Amino acid sequence: MSQTPEPFATYLDEISHRGRTMLLPALHKATELYGWVSQDVQEQISRALRVPAAEVHGVVEFYSMFYQQPTAKRVIRVCEDPACSAGGASAVLHELEAQLSIQVGETTADGSVTLEAVTCLGMCEHAPCALDANKPAGMLDPQSVSAFLAGELPEPVGMPYGNPLWILQRVGKVDPTSLADYLAMGGYQGLQKAIAQTPEALLEQLDASGVLGRGGAQFPTGRKWRMVRQAAGTPQNKHVVVNADESEPGTFKDRYLLEEDPFALIEATTLASYVIGAQQGWIFVRGEYPRAVARLQNAIDQARAAGWLGKNILGQKGFDFDIELRVGAGAYICGEETALFEAIEGKRGFPRIKPPFPVTHGLFHQPTAINNVETLVAALAVINVGLDAWKAVGTEKSPGTKLFCVSGHVAKPGVYELPFASTLADLLALAGGVANGRQLQAVLMGGAAGAFVAPHQLDLRLTYEDTRAANVPLGSGVVMVFDDSVDLRQVLYELARFFKHESCGKCFPCQLGSQRQYEILDRLAHHTPYTQDLQTLGNIGYTMTKTSLCGLGQTATSAISSAVRLWPHLLNENATH
Amino acid sequence: MANEITIKIDGNAVTVPAGTIVVDAAKRIGNDVPVFCYHPKMEPVGMCRVCLVEMGMPRVDRETRQPVLKADGTPEIDWMPKLVTGCTERVRPGMEIRTNSEKVKTARQEILEFLLTSHPLDCPICDKGGECPLQNLTIQHGPGNSRFLVNEKFHLDKHVPLGDLIYLDRERCIQCARCIRFQEDLADDPVLGFDERGRATQIVTFSEPGFDSYFSGNTTDICPVGALTTADFRFGARAWEMQNSASICNACPVGCNTHLNTRRDGLSGNFAIKRVMPRQNEQVNELWICDKGRFGHHFATSPDRLSVPQIRKKGQLVQATWDEALSLIAEKMQAAGSSIAGIAGERLANEDLFTFRKLIEGQGGKIAAFPGEMAGGDWVQQVGIAAGSNLSELGGDSVIVVVANDLEESAPIWWMRVHQAVEKKGATLDKSKASLIVLNARPTKAEGSANYAIHYAYGEETATVQALLRAAQGNSVENETLTAAGKAIANAKNLVVFLGNEGLDYADSAALAQACANLLIETGHVGKPNNGLIAVWNKGNTQGAWDMGLRPLAGTTANFVGKSKFIWTAAADPIGDKQTLPEDTFLVVSELFETATSRRADVVLPVQSFAEREGTYTSGERRVQRFYPAVPARGESRPDWLIFSHVQVRVGQIDKAPVSTSVVFSQMSKEISLYNGLNYRALAQTQEQFPQIMGEDKYYGGTAFENSAGLGVQVRTSADLGQKPASRSVSSRSAIDGLTAVLTQKLYDRGTLLMRSYLLHPRLALPVAHLHAETAAMLGVADGEDVQVQVAGQKGKYTVCVSEDTPQNVVLLPNSVGALNFVGAQPAEVVKIAETVGA
Repeated sequence: MSQTPEPFATYLDEISHRGRTMLLPALHKATELYGWVSQDVQEQISRALRVPAAEVHGVVEFYSMFYQQPTAKRVIRVCEDPACSAGGASAVLHELEAQLSIQVGETTADGSVTLEAVTCLGMCEHAPCALDANKPAGMLDPQSVSAFLAGELPEPVGMPYGNPLWILQRVGKVDPTSLADYLAMGGYQGLQKAIAQTPEALLEQLDASGVLGRGGAQFPTGRKWRMVRQAAGTPQNKHVVVNADESEPGTFKDRYLLEEDPFALIEATTLASYVIGAQQGWIFVRGEYPRAVARLQNAIDQARAAGWLGKNILGQKGFDFDIELRVGAGAYICGEETALFEAIEGKRGFPRIKPPFPVTHGLFHQPTAINNVETLVAALAVINVGLDAWKAVGTEKSPGTKLFCVSGHVAKPGVYELPFASTLADLLALAGGVANGRQLQAVLMGGAAGAFVAPHQLDLRLTYEDTRAANVPLGSGVVMVFDDSVDLRQVLYELARFFKHESCGKCFPCQLGSQRQYEILDRLAHHTPYTQDLQTLGNIGYTMTKTSLCGLGQTATSAISSAVRLWPHLLNENATH
Repeated sequence: MANEITIKIDGNAVTVPAGTIVVDAAKRIGNDVPVFCYHPKMEPVGMCRVCLVEMGMPRVDRETRQPVLKADGTPEIDWMPKLVTGCTERVRPGMEIRTNSEKVKTARQEILEFLLTSHPLDCPICDKGGECPLQNLTIQHGPGNSRFLVNEKFHLDKHVPLGDLIYLDRERCIQCARCIRFQEDLADDPVLGFDERGRATQIVTFSEPGFDSYFSGNTTDICPVGALTTADFRFGARAWEMQNSASICNACPVGCNTHLNTRRDGLSGNFAIKRVMPRQNEQVNELWICDKGRFGHHFATSPDRLSVPQIRKKGQLVQATWDEALSLIAEKMQAAGSSIAGIAGERLANEDLFTFRKLIEGQGGKIAAFPGEMAGGDWVQQVGIAAGSNLSELGGDSVIVVVANDLEESAPIWWMRVHQAVEKKGATLDKSKASLIVLNARPTKAEGSANYAIHYAYGEETATVQALLRAAQGNSVENETLTAAGKAIANAKNLVVFLGNEGLDYADSAALAQACANLLIETGHVGKPNNGLIAVWNKGNTQGAWDMGLRPLAGTTANFVGKSKFIWTAAADPIGDKQTLPEDTFLVVSELFETATSRRADVVLPVQSFAEREGTYTSGERRVQRFYPAVPARGESRPDWLIFSHVQVRVGQIDKAPVSTSVVFSQMSKEISLYNGLNYRALAQTQEQFPQIMGEDKYYGGTAFENSAGLGVQVRTSADLGQKPASRSVSSRSAIDGLTAVLTQKLYDRGTLLMRSYLLHPRLALPVAHLHAETAAMLGVADGEDVQVQVAGQKGKYTVCVSEDTPQNVVLLPNSVGALNFVGAQPAEVVKIAETVGA
């Protein structure tokens, strides 16, 4: 009841005219000021934004980075998903528990630190990784925990690999906080080239470039933009939304772009707005990317100050576009496009029923082009390098380059940009092969919602057509490598735990199925399985895939069922532990 | 419907309006696609997935844009590879649906199996058992056995009170969100929400008191499992043990159609009303009732009911036979000559009111409706909302005016329907929104949805409506909002006015009614459907009283009865309502309960409640509706009309009493011209209603009952009959000076009948005096302090509540709650009560 200091009341006064869409920002602000969102604060927000108290409560509960109970402002979040787990996250967690004298999920007696084990933080190349409040740390081990707690570990920096580097052109080279540096390294040349052409001409190039959605859904980008361009509505109520809610376990490619080349994303989004004829831009970044949030906000501010955002961009009358940054709060489902809209609108991240599709009924039920970060930057790269150069690499059906997130037991984990024609073996070789001289056991492709491949499948060409034929999802470009020291049952258990944690609960097949899948994998990995467990697992997968409302539920069993197909003996109830 | 589309469902063609949802279309041809989260009154969300169907569209040649035909000339259909939810797909030309293929059946089975793996299956002790969608659909579509183990179910709290009225069983909940959506979209009380996510998702309430809504009971009807139950009914009876009787709620002028579910009580052997359920009438209450209607029935079976006639002997009321009592009444009546006064409560049935008037006037006496404090019934008869109207049809071409009342407190279901017309958050093909103009001296809930809200000072009601009329006629008036509101009226096809009497005495109320009638007449909104006046009466059958030829009492009771030697009050308690009656008179009281008036009476007669007899009520929309007996009569009680008839016989007015209520009604419909041609059979007629809530499934619209007992008849106004009503000039007065007290309507007041529903006691309005902060400061009183309020010579104790919503210089008091009872806006004194010594 004592929590009503001026700063928050002042903040609420400033934003209240915008109503419900400011709910997530308000909850972030409260969390920043108090560490948690008390009943009292929820009621203040409810009044200021005119959102029913029950719904404010529901939103707080939905997002795992908001708390109803007293929580420290300094929350230490340690990832325990497959890449980090295989890298030794549990030992790190135990050491943290010991040094802080608390258990996971608890707050220290003095209220200064809360310790959490969380789902993928998107820093798999630095596994095991953690966030100390807003400060990222990687390559942790029990020995480095004291330094980590003392804030003495350097922040991890990722290195881009591959050739040609078109999408990652400036990553690791440019100063991500400087517009001047960006301009000096060829920034905004693409946009200037683009506005000399008509949107229609650009759409034709985009169609020909074969750029498909790189969040995993592979929808042709040119077609999407054209649909929004043609949708009924004025530019004032059409939106370009950047899906930077990169939460698929094993995926971290977008983080490279967000952190190391944020101006490129702003330029690419502005390009999209020009092609589509949309004046409202949004970037929705996951809350676990504090460094990206800071750099993006800085980039947006600088771009706006220099006239690259705002009215009459590049002096072109009527070319108006601006971007608002929105920060998620720990919900994988918000990477689903309609759930992401709900989050921006200030609601629980429940996916919507489609149709209607976002191209006509997206954000605020207005025409919206929602694209993955890499997709937008790839579209900009097509303009930058030219269609011919772009199509000269890759295959006919999969032209250009693609980002891959290589993590796990390889010598050089990181983001790799490769032409589409490379094989999985090529990629692993580039990454230095399996580390420490061990044998390859399995590769998880496409993320938690992807599929496993076995060592005998390494000649798979990483193209849309080859992976589709092999029934291996390219997804968000995840390539997570496990050597023979890993208990795959534990990995599958972690995947199941992930989906159980992240199922939003809107539709019943996923809500129940993800829970049941988790229980079975827990038995298979840690206890004595029931005789019918494997069969039940298959049935759950069948039902969830066929009847779930959104992509989360439809794919929540795909990696696990691929493992069951590849290694039935592993999951046999007679298998020993 | 302008635009109709034909689709094929399992090979059968069905033609429905464009925009219809596939499951609704299937329902029209008797194909019950299973649903849990879908409810025909709410927008679909596609959460539960049980309505999955196969969908196909005609294949179109990419070149020619023509449909590709098969050899037999029928279109080639492209079936979608994935199943789609039938509740979210709207019909499209050429669409084909399969609801019965193996693919669909398997999916349904699996969804049901999933639902059951987490469901406690405690059907034997579940209130929903026997009328449970999950139970019914499992039997119809479910798998015979489960692949999951019973002992792996989640165990969650089973008796979570969401406030005083509704309990949540977390284990049974399937998270369909019907309750959350109902509260948010239809009831306009968004007090329920989801907690957590994934498998941990739970329903929670966030209000003080918990689940604070006048509509909460409806969520138990639409809950597709036994997760939500009412505190009133839970563990009270099994669905199949109960008998059903159609009834009409008489708690307010809406006239909701209800069902009384009754059962013989095990211990006492008496028949008890176990629950009151909504009965579908799409023109009145759709599928809903408010919580007062649902939980306020306990007076009917209260042990406090009067059950034998009593006569005063030697100063004491003692038990008597009906013969003794009626003979004495007849004797005293005849001895009184024409010095006779009848006071008829406005909750009496039409047959009672009619017979009462015949009896009293037949003796040359005078009769009035009590409390008779609001005018306008005559205007309703002339320019009332036209026959054939349906509030659900109000849309973008309609304007609704709410004046001098707090619609939700006075007539909750009207508010719910107005809210839907204005917000269109529920399911409707016409998404265009009606405009709402709210005129009051203070903010009310309706303002939250209003397009134009105007606050006048008490006393300026009539002037404000007159200004609105001037604005509607294209004149500019001083108030910008009024000018804009007038413009909206000028552009509207339909205009409905909800007239109240907050802060008005009878004369002012008559002036306001006149002004509202003028507004409707001058702008041409009379005599056509979805146009006209609705009086928001404070009692259930006030319009019936007007129609039966009773005039309102319109002033003090003492004034009305004068020096009458014989007075009969029926369903009225003037003394309890701070009125006086002469000492030297013979007083007869016919009542359900002992009252302040009955304690003074010379004869007290026990009457039957609405649940024990039949009769008709006339709603504020002039719909004449029948109610039916549900339980045996209490003791020796008789229906009011029969008592009056028996006295009519004894004083020689008629030879013998009518043999039934329907005979009284027939006689009445001959004499009352507006009711000409009506009879009980006509009132009992029904017709097909949409949504169709019954069928094989019995889950579609929840447990609201199908209406097989009659939709009633909306009688025509004189304007409907082609008479041209003329507007008349009306004088208005100005704002009132000085500290003024006004009574405001509260749904949960402390009236004699509602007090018998003990479970509502925690929700009853408190004796609170609302004051503006500046007024409170001026009076030297503070929030939470006890004060004595003095109005019209009466004094009462109230607790101060300082609120910005109260106009300055006004003290707002809840009606029928505190000690004070008065009409209109009255000069008031508010004095702080000195702290008791030692406190």
